[in-house]
Amino acid sequence: MSTRPDRFSPVARTLHWTMAALILAMLFIGVGMVSTAEPLYPTLLAWHRPIGALILVLALIRLGYRLRHPAPPLPADLPAVQKLAAHGSHWLLYATMIAMPLIGWSMQSAGGYPVRLTTWLVLPPIVPRDILLYGFLRTAHTVVAYCFFALILGHLAAALVHALIRRDGVFESMAGGR
Amino acid sequence: MPPSSPSRSPWPAFALIGVAVGLLALAFLWVAGWLQPSRIGGGKLADSLEYNAGKHPGWRRAHTKGLCVTGHFDSNGAGVALSRASVFRAGSVPVLGRFSTGGSDPFGPDGRPTFHSLALAFHLPRGEEWRTAMDHTPIFPVANAADFVALQIASKPDPVTHKPDPAKMKAYLAQHPETQAFLDYMATAPLPASFATGTYYSINAFRFIDGNGQSRAVRWQFEPETKGGDLDKKTLDQQPVDFLFDDLIARVKQGPLRWHLVIVLADAGDRTDNATVAWPANRRHVDVGTLVLDRATPEETGGCRDITYDPLVLPNGIAPSDDPLLAARSATYAASFHRRAVEGPHPDAISLAAKGGQK
Repeated sequence: MSTRPDRFSPVARTLHWTMAALILAMLFIGVGMVSTAEPLYPTLLAWHRPIGALILVLALIRLGYRLRHPAPPLPADLPAVQKLAAHGSHWLLYATMIAMPLIGWSMQSAGGYPVRLTTWLVLPPIVPRDILLYGFLRTAHTVVAYCFFALILGHLAAALVHALIRRDGVFESMAGGR
Repeated sequence: MPPSSPSRSPWPAFALIGVAVGLLALAFLWVAGWLQPSRIGGGKLADSLEYNAGKHPGWRRAHTKGLCVTGHFDSNGAGVALSRASVFRAGSVPVLGRFSTGGSDPFGPDGRPTFHSLALAFHLPRGEEWRTAMDHTPIFPVANAADFVALQIASKPDPVTHKPDPAKMKAYLAQHPETQAFLDYMATAPLPASFATGTYYSINAFRFIDGNGQSRAVRWQFEPETKGGDLDKKTLDQQPVDFLFDDLIARVKQGPLRWHLVIVLADAGDRTDNATVAWPANRRHVDVGTLVLDRATPEETGGCRDITYDPLVLPNGIAPSDDPLLAARSATYAASFHRRAVEGPHPDAISLAAKGGQK
């Protein structure tokens, strides 16, 4: 089983698309749940915590994998500014997908909430109870979430520019078939 | 992959990308409620409390004046047949509680015809908690979030008369006989003379799940061992400003205060989705243990201020009922908590009074 150097490996692709679905679902669940006081609110909240924990685990696995398996090179004719934007935005995406679950977990710890993942599992707190810290982290969780979504929109737009306008194989390196 | 021909215009593709990204952004904003200003979330419920009572930055938006209490719950084991929650196994678990009065004024007088409330957090093994915020009334004035907001708007006190606009209140009550029934109850039911002598009711129905996975609709109430009289409602406004809290502090110094946790089991047909409707008195009651409170500490140092008594923080074995008010309470407490956390806490009335007394 060999991987063509101009493509992401099947492992990288599986991680990318699984996490894409989870992170998008997570962002929609997050903004949706705080918008309502109907019974949907606790239902979505009960999904939000375990999905967040799963994203954290997958993101750490993915970061480890990515550090050992570099991405295919960008096209040589891509302007330097765009290359910089591509690399910068990718590391920002990694940073955000790891930071968001940690902010959520810390904020719930600071607020004194049990972080319940399932009926039988409650995570321990990772920071001491502190209402001012809770206030800061709770605000950060929202602000970073909106920035994360904007980053994802930029990522999607850039991917589609590669696919439909530049047609340079960058989109196919993650999305293409065999 | 063939390069695109030089004659091909990129603009249709750019337009397509713009539409795709724009639609995703629009869907996000719709889910977030930005395109639907009428949607009621925790923030809007907290807004309605601020509209009614004015804004008190740094404080809980409701049940603002309070006192921390600690102690433990001695379970007698009788609850195991009803719920698999670890709190019901025979033994003892620590409890962090909070007594409070209704309303949003952190320095308001205790002598008002309002809720006397007890909130409890049971600290259970394996990181679990059971939190419950209860009132001395077995019924609540509204059944859902929208009615709660409507009541806060209709009952906003006039700055001069300190009473709601009679026309607005009349119009609201004409649509809400359940709120009128609650007001009638408050007008006639006795107001306990002490926090120590009140019975505290779960407000909402919940579900207990036993070891076999079987689920039962329940409410619960904490019934006091300490017996005492009722307040004279005619002279309420002549009582000292902190008399309820001072009384509790004095009583706890004399010795521990006890309540029995009584689980009330619904009969088939009892409403579980409406906190304005009481269950008949003849429902089966099960005494599952004794709450012992032996220490009272002002909020500033007592540990009960910087958490929420969210009624949906439940252990395995207790689940929400279909009462929509539970989600509304949970969302409101969360919004209030975020606001007061960002604003920062202030010394409470009881702490300040204690410090003043020492000087």
